[in-house]
Amino acid sequence: MSAIPSTAIEIAAAVRSGSLSAREVLDDHLARIDARDGEINAFNLVMVDEARAAAAAVDAQVAAGEDPGPLAGVPLALKDNLCTHGIPTTCSSRILEGWRPPYDATVVKRVNAAGAISIGKTNLDEFAMGSSTENSAFGPTRNPRDTSRVPGGSSGGSAAAVAAGFAPISLGSDTGGSIRQPAALCGVVGVKPTYGLVSRYGLIAFASSLDQIGPFSTTVADSALLLETISGYDGRDSTSINAPSPSLIESLGEGVDGLRIGFVTELMGEGIAPDVAARVRQAADALAAAGAQIGEVSVPAAAYGLSAYYLIAPAEASSNLARYDGVRYGMRVDAPTTAEMNAATRTAGFGDEVKRRIMLGTYALSAGYYDAYYGKALKVRTLIVRDFERAYADFDLLITPTSPTTAFKFGDKTADPLSMYLNDICTIPTNLAGHPAMSVPFGGGADGMPVGVQLLAPALGEATMFRAAAILESAAPAIDEVWS
Amino acid sequence: MTLTHEPIEGEHFIVVSETTGNEWEIVVGLEVHCELATVTKLFCGCPNMFGDEPNTNVCPVCLGLPGSLPVLNENVVELAMRLGRALQCSVEPSVFARKNYFYPDMPKDYQVTQFDRPINADGWLDLPDGTRVGIERAHIEEDTGKNSHAGGSGRIHGADYSLVDYNRAGVPLVEIVGRPHIRHPEQAKTYIDELRAILLTTGASDAKMEEGSLRVDANVSVRRVGDSELGTRCEVKNLNSLRSLGRAIEYEARRQVDLLETGERIKQETRHWDEGAGRTRAGRSKEEAEDYRYFQEPDLVPLVPSAEWIAAIDAAMPPLPAARRDALALASGLGVTESSVVIAVQRDLDQLALAAIAAGGDGKRVLTHVEHNLSGEGSAELGPDAFAQLVGLELGGQLTATQAKTVLAEMVVSGRAPDVIAAELGFEAMDSSELEGIVDGLIAESPEEWSDFCTGDDKKRAKLQGFFTGKIMKATKGQADGKAVAALLESRRAESL
Repeated sequence: MSAIPSTAIEIAAAVRSGSLSAREVLDDHLARIDARDGEINAFNLVMVDEARAAAAAVDAQVAAGEDPGPLAGVPLALKDNLCTHGIPTTCSSRILEGWRPPYDATVVKRVNAAGAISIGKTNLDEFAMGSSTENSAFGPTRNPRDTSRVPGGSSGGSAAAVAAGFAPISLGSDTGGSIRQPAALCGVVGVKPTYGLVSRYGLIAFASSLDQIGPFSTTVADSALLLETISGYDGRDSTSINAPSPSLIESLGEGVDGLRIGFVTELMGEGIAPDVAARVRQAADALAAAGAQIGEVSVPAAAYGLSAYYLIAPAEASSNLARYDGVRYGMRVDAPTTAEMNAATRTAGFGDEVKRRIMLGTYALSAGYYDAYYGKALKVRTLIVRDFERAYADFDLLITPTSPTTAFKFGDKTADPLSMYLNDICTIPTNLAGHPAMSVPFGGGADGMPVGVQLLAPALGEATMFRAAAILESAAPAIDEVWS
Repeated sequence: MTLTHEPIEGEHFIVVSETTGNEWEIVVGLEVHCELATVTKLFCGCPNMFGDEPNTNVCPVCLGLPGSLPVLNENVVELAMRLGRALQCSVEPSVFARKNYFYPDMPKDYQVTQFDRPINADGWLDLPDGTRVGIERAHIEEDTGKNSHAGGSGRIHGADYSLVDYNRAGVPLVEIVGRPHIRHPEQAKTYIDELRAILLTTGASDAKMEEGSLRVDANVSVRRVGDSELGTRCEVKNLNSLRSLGRAIEYEARRQVDLLETGERIKQETRHWDEGAGRTRAGRSKEEAEDYRYFQEPDLVPLVPSAEWIAAIDAAMPPLPAARRDALALASGLGVTESSVVIAVQRDLDQLALAAIAAGGDGKRVLTHVEHNLSGEGSAELGPDAFAQLVGLELGGQLTATQAKTVLAEMVVSGRAPDVIAAELGFEAMDSSELEGIVDGLIAESPEEWSDFCTGDDKKRAKLQGFFTGKIMKATKGQADGKAVAALLESRRAESL
């Protein structure tokens, strides 16, 4: 067997040229999964048969002289909250037990049409609610770099799958940091695109006004390629932006000369581990060395992002998750009356964190409390948008840590939900603003675990963001480089 | 305590307490849900069809499957705006909201509706009696599925199991919220009639109350005559016909007056009309009602119809019933609330009547024929010129009213000219001496009856007038003019006294 390249771009090039078959690529990755996923638990389901059929189809296309597409033969892992036709889609929840969607999510259709091989469904915090993948009904995913530590969450399975080499690329969803934070903790690239750039059709909703699908990869270029593939208008999603997909790969080599990049002061102080903060400064220096102008910028309302988020997201979730009532699909616990059946089903089917957020959200929307909680959170959201607009008047991009710390140990934060929520303090403001942001690995922390640097851009500023990410990638120290 | 509840004649329906003499006024506001006549549903491409095999017109979107998203049907917006403009509402930028509550017929366990920013706001509907009923709003929302309960009593409690048909889930509705400006059960029925005419005219809905494409809830309260504050209201549901609507309002008002006159308070609640028992029964109390936790639907964007779109709707607006009544009243010289004017528009015969009047026909006679002698169906053969000619013959004395009716019936069938038909039927103006001869002969034949007619009381005389008129009509084969006969009988009576 010829050596299998590690990136999607190289694999696709080899498969398209006929020098490597999709089957060989798939077998190699299935072997890696077989060897190590018992320990990592990145996957809820490995789609062996479907993946083999897809790989055979790609190989047949190549043999027939057809081009299978830009992701030809590239194994790709799907977060298990993306609907796959006829294949169980669980959100890592008992409540969806046995449900097989009768349709594919738009992103699934698009990656399949581009020749990618969907290799499996990855583990997540139940309904994407969490920052460690410890809230999965099917057991936690482990960080491939140190299996005593969490991979982050909620897209922990998709991040770990890429970090462990189970697939060169994967898709996750990001509501408050659920792509960027696990990317940082696992040492891979993760992107949260502009709200509306990628269709949400077929993404099982957590908080609809915040959810956005995005890529994981080991390289910046692979994320650019995957994002180009999945983005673009979709008539099935009313919030989809009606504009052409951005050209990201093209602009990757344009550098950052003359770009104005701002440190967000509110997200560099208290609560950020010193080793993480030091890496972010080092990253800024690298950007400066490449010609960018670095300055400090204040986004005052960002400090209230966490509070606003933990009202808005649970409020929407309380409504989005109402449909899991035992009537139509998934789990049902029988009881004498419909209302009792609803309650018994939901009691048995949802985990603690999901129940906590449903209750939070129900409370926040209740008559008499709406104005004080949900209503006020919406106002904070408006302020955050305004503060970002002000910041982007002076800067092209912003830079912050992705996560306040490197990957923590299992059980460290499960006893105190608030300490877990604080993990998302740097990532949440962009979701509230609807802007794009991405995490790029940049060396390691004092514990030898990866550090992620977050780049933020105004709406539809993906191309500029990726230019800076490419610079960081080339300047990044090795993760195991000794911390000084 | 006993009460009499005799309604007092007039515009307002007043309930009077026998013991206290207190007069109570009914106040009604109607909420109407109507299904819009679109080809597809509100947020997906499934057919909007009534009565198909259960759960055949469904897809991931209207079943609310995980991951599905709604996409607004533009035709719904078009029809909703047409209706709104016909109800004199302003079309506003609007947003959709989620109304959250658990019910098995709701696929998502929330209903997508419009809450604080409806598409149509602040309009009115003019009733034929001249009353203007305010329209608070007319907003878009989705319909639910339909439950059926098997075994037990057939109701949800005690049923062995329940089935849900989601064909109706996601069907577009407009909810038209009327202000409490209705004061009489009959007026409530007229309001629905008028609203239905508007729904049909604008093509917004087929508005069939029996099939449930038009559903009416009545908010009923009472207050002492002269009071300006509204009383506590009850919402009456399950009104499946206009008859139920009128009966339910009347029953509910009397129930509330009884309670208030015995010193009790009205509890704000939902009540269900029981047509068989002829009464309302308490349902869910509003005080214990669920909190719907409305918030803006994040899966849809705000709906902001362009000024051009609204202008195009206004430009294409067909003439509405009130305007058609105005035009007919003006042309005929009759009042706008005259029953013949109202009915002509209801039967869609106003254009014919206007044309007949324009062709020289007398307005009052034309409309009398429309009201009493034409059904609206099958009048296509009747041309306005011929109609005007018929009325001319009648007014000129060449045809009696009865003969004109007979000729008109033939015109409707054959489309032929009235003078030709009249000649064929042998209808000719009867000269008065001929009539006098026949009448005198008949009087001579029945001296006892004639004597009773001349001297009897009113009742007797009326009876015998019918006796003689019948004989005269028979003898003249219906050609005698009824008025001339009555006048002749009266003059002969005066002569004999």
